[in-house]
Amino acid sequence: MKFGVVDGTFGYYKNPILFENVNFTIEKSEILTILGPNGVGKTTFLKCMMGFLKWNKGETIIDGKSFYSMSTSDIWKKISYVPQAKATIFPYSVMEMVLMGRNPHLGVLSMPSNQDQKLCEWALEELNIIKLKGKIVSELSGGELQMVLIARALVSEPYILILDEPESNLDIKNQLVILNIIQKLSEEKNITCIINTHYPAHALKISDKTIMFSNNTHHIYGNTKDIVNESNIRKFFEVDSRILELVENKKRLRTIFPIRICKS
Amino acid sequence: MKLTKKSNKGKLLILALLPLILLIVSLCIGRYYVNPQTTFSLLLSNFIPVESIWEPIEELIILKVRLPRVLMALIIGAGLSVSGTAFQSIFGNPLVSPHVLGVSAGAGFGAALGILLSSNVFVIQIMALAFGIGAVMITYLISKRKKASTLFMLVLSGVITGAFFTALISLIKYVADPDDKLPEIVYWLMGSLTGTSINDVIISSPFIIGGMIILVLLRWKINILSLSEEEARSLGIDITKYRLIIIGASTVITAVSVALCGIVGWIGLVIPHVGRMIVGNDHKVLIPASIFLGGFYLLLIDNMSRILTSAEIPLSILTAVIGAPFFAYLLRKTGGRWA
Repeated sequence: MKFGVVDGTFGYYKNPILFENVNFTIEKSEILTILGPNGVGKTTFLKCMMGFLKWNKGETIIDGKSFYSMSTSDIWKKISYVPQAKATIFPYSVMEMVLMGRNPHLGVLSMPSNQDQKLCEWALEELNIIKLKGKIVSELSGGELQMVLIARALVSEPYILILDEPESNLDIKNQLVILNIIQKLSEEKNITCIINTHYPAHALKISDKTIMFSNNTHHIYGNTKDIVNESNIRKFFEVDSRILELVENKKRLRTIFPIRICKS
Repeated sequence: MKLTKKSNKGKLLILALLPLILLIVSLCIGRYYVNPQTTFSLLLSNFIPVESIWEPIEELIILKVRLPRVLMALIIGAGLSVSGTAFQSIFGNPLVSPHVLGVSAGAGFGAALGILLSSNVFVIQIMALAFGIGAVMITYLISKRKKASTLFMLVLSGVITGAFFTALISLIKYVADPDDKLPEIVYWLMGSLTGTSINDVIISSPFIIGGMIILVLLRWKINILSLSEEEARSLGIDITKYRLIIIGASTVITAVSVALCGIVGWIGLVIPHVGRMIVGNDHKVLIPASIFLGGFYLLLIDNMSRILTSAEIPLSILTAVIGAPFFAYLLRKTGGRWA
């Protein structure tokens, strides 16, 4: 399962172009992070990639096929979207919420069966949140709600998971929970993950590839270890930083420490 | 609060029985009391030969007067309530009612114009229906930009169309003859089921029940449609298509209802919330629950309308006067955190 964008270009009507000629291809079970300062259009990029907004130029490609040539249900059987967790207007139960994820596999008049119900329980167990099963989503914490949304995305049995800032607004433990889950899904289920994040350190921690956007429609794409470095962080985020390495349990870990704002 | 599937099935069964029981009671009571046994035999006599134990007057009252009116109350109450539930979901807003797109203002104007120009009931009903559906079409056209129509635009356009037709209703009242036409218009606009004939039921129920069947069939999808637009799309829903179908079905239900019995407020706004308190937010259960509760409630109100006083009290007055204190009590008791 290959997923990519060819010549992706977009700008809102009458406004300057946000990003131009973005090209990337990722393979099965790879993780791609999308980095950039606030306001460069990271979320807009995700929306274009999924067809919520129409590219001005270019297209999204899945296994050599253009999105434009595929039906909605075909697309959403292959990819699954995890939006940022926010309260819903009508508080559904966790189970009702997760069941909605089965929709791409259900016909117009059909409703989820016991089989679908079981699959949802499996997803909740897989994510270690089966204890939330009987709860109402309005009773959940931000981290729990984000996990429920991931469960909902998983029950459509996707090849590709697209997450919009899944770990923002969460405490450090819950951030780790989410990042570990993404890694686990990519390693054990071979799911390709694309995440949008504010944290370069998270890109270093989990991703294989990175796209970094800057404020002047410029972007770079490549292997994370080549993209997330001190000079690019200075150029794209206007922050002086150090990449730090440490060894823990015989594993080499890399993170990034922001030192000061640099004059551009 | 935990809601298991089983308890919801039990609740639905009880909710389904309520309107049935009330239907029998409603046929018996009134200014002329008929005992339940006679009522039963009379109903049965429509299907199988039954030995006649009733007076001719009883047959007339039950079959020709009360039965059409009782059935109409059940159907219209159910229709308005289920349209309200569907609208609240697809607009993602617990404060909307079936009237939000201007259907009732349009239909009200059509009826008022019909009363002004003619005294033929059929003409009045057709004009109400045409203007009701026309108003929603105008709303849709106003909201449509670049092939897409956002919910926000749709609701605002509905407010515009509604205000326009409400003003036109006022204009008609202003020019109507105050001794003859004006009271008729005012009374009609407040809603009444007086004089419902079996023909009204036969002509209108296919449309209202047809609309309800569409909403029942799509009831699980309505859950997904209540999410944000992009979430719904990412779950593989063609939102434009589903919204159009649901708005279409609800509009037909509401327009036909207004054409038959005038503007009945409150039911489409509040009964859905009573349903949410009882069965929760899952539309798979909530949609049938709204149907049963809405039918039950309008029948109850209509019984009061014809029994409480010798001059019938308009429905819109009673739905709110009886309903508001009850809803206030529920709201206080649950703190608004139902389900």
